[in-house]
Amino acid sequence: MLVIEDLHASVNGAEILRGLDLEVRAGEVHAVMGPNGSGKSTLANVLAGRESYEVTRGRVLFEGRDLLPMSPEARACEGIFLAFQYPVEIPGVSTAYFLKAGLNAIRKHRGLEELDAIDFLAMAKEKLKIVEMEQSLMTRALNEGFSGGEKKRNEIFQMVVLDPRLAILDETDSGLDIDALKIVADGVNALRSPDRAMIVITHYQRLLNYIVPDHVHVLLNGRIVRSGGKGLALDLEERGYDWVKADAGAPA
Amino acid sequence: MPTNSNTIEALANREYKYGFVTDIEAETAPRGLNEDIVRLISAKKNEPRFMLEWRLKAYRQWVKLERSEAEPTWSNIHYPPIDYQDIIYYAAPKQPTEGPKSLDEVDPKLLETFAKLGISLEEQKRLSGVAVDAVFDSVSVATTFKKKLSELGIIFCSFSEAVQNHPELIEKYLGSVVPYTDNFFATLNSAVFTDGSFCYIPKGVRCPMELSTYFRINTADTGQFERTLIVAEAGSYVSYLEGCTAPRRDTNQLHAAVVELIALDDAEIKYSTVQNWYPGDKEGKGGIYNFVTKRGKCLGRNSKISWTQVETGSAITWKYPSCILLGDNSIGEFYSVALTNNYQQADTGTKMIHIGKNTRSTIISKGISAGHGQNTYRGLVKILKSATGARNYSQCDSLLLGDKCGAHTFPYLEVTNRAAQVEHEASTSKIGEDQLFYCRQRGISAEDAVSMIVNGFCKQVFRELPMEFAVEAQKLLGVSLEGSVG
Repeated sequence: MLVIEDLHASVNGAEILRGLDLEVRAGEVHAVMGPNGSGKSTLANVLAGRESYEVTRGRVLFEGRDLLPMSPEARACEGIFLAFQYPVEIPGVSTAYFLKAGLNAIRKHRGLEELDAIDFLAMAKEKLKIVEMEQSLMTRALNEGFSGGEKKRNEIFQMVVLDPRLAILDETDSGLDIDALKIVADGVNALRSPDRAMIVITHYQRLLNYIVPDHVHVLLNGRIVRSGGKGLALDLEERGYDWVKADAGAPA
Repeated sequence: MPTNSNTIEALANREYKYGFVTDIEAETAPRGLNEDIVRLISAKKNEPRFMLEWRLKAYRQWVKLERSEAEPTWSNIHYPPIDYQDIIYYAAPKQPTEGPKSLDEVDPKLLETFAKLGISLEEQKRLSGVAVDAVFDSVSVATTFKKKLSELGIIFCSFSEAVQNHPELIEKYLGSVVPYTDNFFATLNSAVFTDGSFCYIPKGVRCPMELSTYFRINTADTGQFERTLIVAEAGSYVSYLEGCTAPRRDTNQLHAAVVELIALDDAEIKYSTVQNWYPGDKEGKGGIYNFVTKRGKCLGRNSKISWTQVETGSAITWKYPSCILLGDNSIGEFYSVALTNNYQQADTGTKMIHIGKNTRSTIISKGISAGHGQNTYRGLVKILKSATGARNYSQCDSLLLGDKCGAHTFPYLEVTNRAAQVEHEASTSKIGEDQLFYCRQRGISAEDAVSMIVNGFCKQVFRELPMEFAVEAQKLLGVSLEGSVG
């Protein structure tokens, strides 16, 4: 589904990704771990098409098509979803209005009929249950005045509604207490399916107790230095990133 | 790879939709302004003596002003000097008879024009609940629903008709809120105004429908000077809507209107404007100069006047819909969205003058600047010694799109009563790259995202508009911003 080859990317002229390779097949959940500054969020933003991240080398194929020339909205329409590390507030725009606009843009792209407000609300209400959120969330201005946990759950709610092919979760666990973490993980697990893939970006192993990955990758200085099964995450938890750093011969 | 500031900057290239000209024969006065023109206008309108005298006093005052200081220079707008002798002060569509008695007598071309604008004058086709007075160039074309309203004792007609049929009301209230000496443009208007709307709600009557006036400038080189007067007697209520468009022209056209509102005891007037005069082209050529004086007087106890405006058109907007809160416990409100794109300039705001006890006022101003647009909020909250217990809340927010536009805020507070409360909040923000990216990541195009964010920013004001107007205003905002994101 997703093939990343020799990806180099910079932000404000500083090279962050330095030759990253990764292949993700449908049905798989990949965890990308790494210390702060290793390039985890850069990877997420580059895949979603954020324009302040400049790709300087390499290529990314999504479903066999060149992803990099596509606009962020085109990628979303193709089925790429990013759960943001820091969800953005939009005053005066309700979550329902926002999400309906997004969903209908995507449906239109897929040749489906747009949903009217009534059908949308009926569908959204069902999905709200998955993330155990109050219906009042839908009428509140998007993320405005939401607690950290509510914002993250709102991201998962949007993911459930938009039904992506590839979901990228950028440190969705950061700032969550254990209850919220479980709810988020349940939402993600409910979405696991043979034709969907997920990339779960996290700093800590904790989330992976609830979302069990098929593959774990360690990102260091902009490259994947080690890949393995779910056991790798446990090794990391025990031995810390320094172990991989030493192993990879990278400066600490 | 395009950067986001480029994306934002590229907004605003959509064609002005109402820029067509109606080919209709017009009767126009010679260019220029002198005492004869004033007399001609008054004679054309067959006005009683007091009107002519009032006009002449205004004209003489204007001549004095023009010789001394001319136009006011304190506002934050820039334009070449206006040649007042190069303007046509009277233009009327030629009618076979003196004036249309019913819609059947209105030139079909005129009806077509308003139909194109989405204003159907044929009552049966009207959205229920809106009565319309349509003003084409300087003359009121037709007022719908007149009969239904008159059954309630409501007078809703063109200003000229009111002068003929209700001279006592006109004589009593004309200039009672905006005197002819008020300011340069109001003085000019007082001398040469040609038509407008008049509305009178009798005691205890709640007007059952929205009253609406639609202004259209058609003839080239004309100025439009209309005058609106609304009187709400004790215990009455009226909601009034005003819309404006003009053809696209390379030269600037002057629009200097005056609106006076009077609310007596327990009366309420809600006045909403969606102003979409031709704004000029992308280089700033052409467009309407909109110099308007709007003021309401809460004369009675517990009266309320509420101004809601959405200003997206005009090359220059200079207007400060204000409230004089004279009656005890009276309330003044001002809700405003002003958008400037390309080379548009707006200097707009309000004045809330608290005189009565326990008077309250609310000001919510939302300024949006895109392209090279310059947007200024200028507001005065004045609390006199007599206004014990007065309260004001002001909130002025500015939103910037791109980095070539400007937002300015000039709040003036004059408080002379110690027992008054005044609050002022202000903010300036840019549509963030992060907000745009967030929307786009969910599949929403950059252009729709900008429109959505801007509409959210204006929500506090839009919800004050009557329903159909709110929908129109949202669409208008979208259209006015189109092209500011590429």
